[in-house]
Amino acid sequence: MQSSNVINYDYSVAKLFSYAAILFGIIGMGIGVFIAYQMAFPELNYLAGEYGTFSRLRPLHTSGVIFGFMLSGIFATWYYVGQRVLKVSVAESPFLMFIGKLHFWLYMVVMLVAVVSLFAGVSTSKEYAELEWPLDIGVVVVWVLWGVHMFGLIGIRREKTLYISVWYYIATFLGVAMLYLFNNMEVPTYFVAGMGKWYHSVSMYAGTNDALVQWWYGHNAVAFIFTVAIIAQIYYFLPKESGQPVYSYKLSLLSFWGLMFVYLWAGGHHLIYSTVPDWMQTMGSIFSIVLILPSWGSAINMLLTMKGEWGQLKENPLIKFMVLASTFYMFSTIEGPIQSIKSVNALAHFTDWIPGHVHDGTLGWVGFMTMAAMYHMAPRMFKRELYSKKLMESQFWIQTTGIVLYFSSMWIAGITQGMMWRATDQFGNLSYSFIDTVTVLIPYYVIRATGGLLYLIGFFIFTYNFYKTMTASKAIENEPQHASPMAA
Amino acid sequence: MDMETIRELQAYGYFFFTVFLVLILYGYVYHLYKSEKIGRRNYEKYADIALNDDITDAPVEKIEPIEEQKQKEEQ
Repeated sequence: MQSSNVINYDYSVAKLFSYAAILFGIIGMGIGVFIAYQMAFPELNYLAGEYGTFSRLRPLHTSGVIFGFMLSGIFATWYYVGQRVLKVSVAESPFLMFIGKLHFWLYMVVMLVAVVSLFAGVSTSKEYAELEWPLDIGVVVVWVLWGVHMFGLIGIRREKTLYISVWYYIATFLGVAMLYLFNNMEVPTYFVAGMGKWYHSVSMYAGTNDALVQWWYGHNAVAFIFTVAIIAQIYYFLPKESGQPVYSYKLSLLSFWGLMFVYLWAGGHHLIYSTVPDWMQTMGSIFSIVLILPSWGSAINMLLTMKGEWGQLKENPLIKFMVLASTFYMFSTIEGPIQSIKSVNALAHFTDWIPGHVHDGTLGWVGFMTMAAMYHMAPRMFKRELYSKKLMESQFWIQTTGIVLYFSSMWIAGITQGMMWRATDQFGNLSYSFIDTVTVLIPYYVIRATGGLLYLIGFFIFTYNFYKTMTASKAIENEPQHASPMAA
Repeated sequence: MDMETIRELQAYGYFFFTVFLVLILYGYVYHLYKSEKIGRRNYEKYADIALNDDITDAPVEKIEPIEEQKQKEEQ
């Protein structure tokens, strides 16, 4: 070989983002569990004045897990996978190394200011887009830096063909860039009309248009962060960990373009029975149903990758995390389309079934895949074997139990709620008032919060295992080819 | 144009657009299989990019100019 004998992959930025994912995971999930208990025990709202109320904490939970935990996980895996599938080290380009580090530190600064501003109650009041305009500019800069790194690395690659994961990372970059820019078009009120503080703004869109743009963004944030970037990960980590090539590379390409085409049209299902045009609601429903095909295309491709190798499921807890992730992906991508059918939506809309559905995907699919990816990267990044297989096994079962408690309680709660809202007596009067439903739901809220707590406990086990792997585990001489080495 | 005509045109549009999309979808599947059959491209070998991803592993498909430049530099 040539000079590449002395080059090694550089994981310094991947490590930094892994730490960030753990930090934001603990913060985001911790707040999530707390606000879930607030639903069950409302007196928990009054522990810290305005700063401890559900309404103040909820955006911190969603932003913490989506833009903190998930995004850090996505960035960490990009800085790991990107180099490997393009067969080029970041160390070969001091410029890209600098951009990567700048990307990380600016991201941390933006996140820190975001956390402070949300705690302070500074919000645009757009769901998942609460940050005010100065922070939005910061987000754009961070995102552009990621793009510079991504396309820069692609530019100096040795592998001619872009592996399917790279296509998914590119789609994440482009998709989120477009969505974020359009949804955050806002008017800074102080500078335009002398109203409010200097950082205040109102949306550039009004009324129904604002709702449409918001849910085009909101649903596609799910598409391009919760889905596309996580598929990028599973297409690399599952084959690599199991030593099996992707079952059908052609199917991965077909699913990719299918997903790209269909996903962008499905956001209308968030606005069924609202004031948006009826044809648009129908389109949202139809595209949501069609979405089953590309989603299942990817998920089945992953499951078939394990064909003839199911024994690994018993031996390797990492495979178990990824196979369950892929199964939960299938589960939530059948549940979502069902909820978007108009007649089902009439029952499900605004009920607890919706957060139940979201958490199937986020806890089962995104969370499991992110943790599995980090478990896979750890022995390669730190040159040590994974600290404890037993802890991984316990974590797996504790978290799986947590997810099952979460979604089953929310199914029951949501359907109960929906049925009670629409129940009428023989004269057509509503049978129940709103508070009746609240009273009935409290036991399910306790179960949901406890499910969330189990997941959080599992996350602490993961953190401990990852930390011990970094610091106290047995060193390995050669990088493992496939299955990650782990101590019993 | 009255509402009835508009609805009729919409229905035709809907039908032909659906047919068009179905053709695109199956056309792409056909393209993938055809490319493999005539030997233009072997898609399945790209799965190896993830499996043989050490920096010393040979790329599945090299980018020639960069390699050539490197060789020139070494000489």
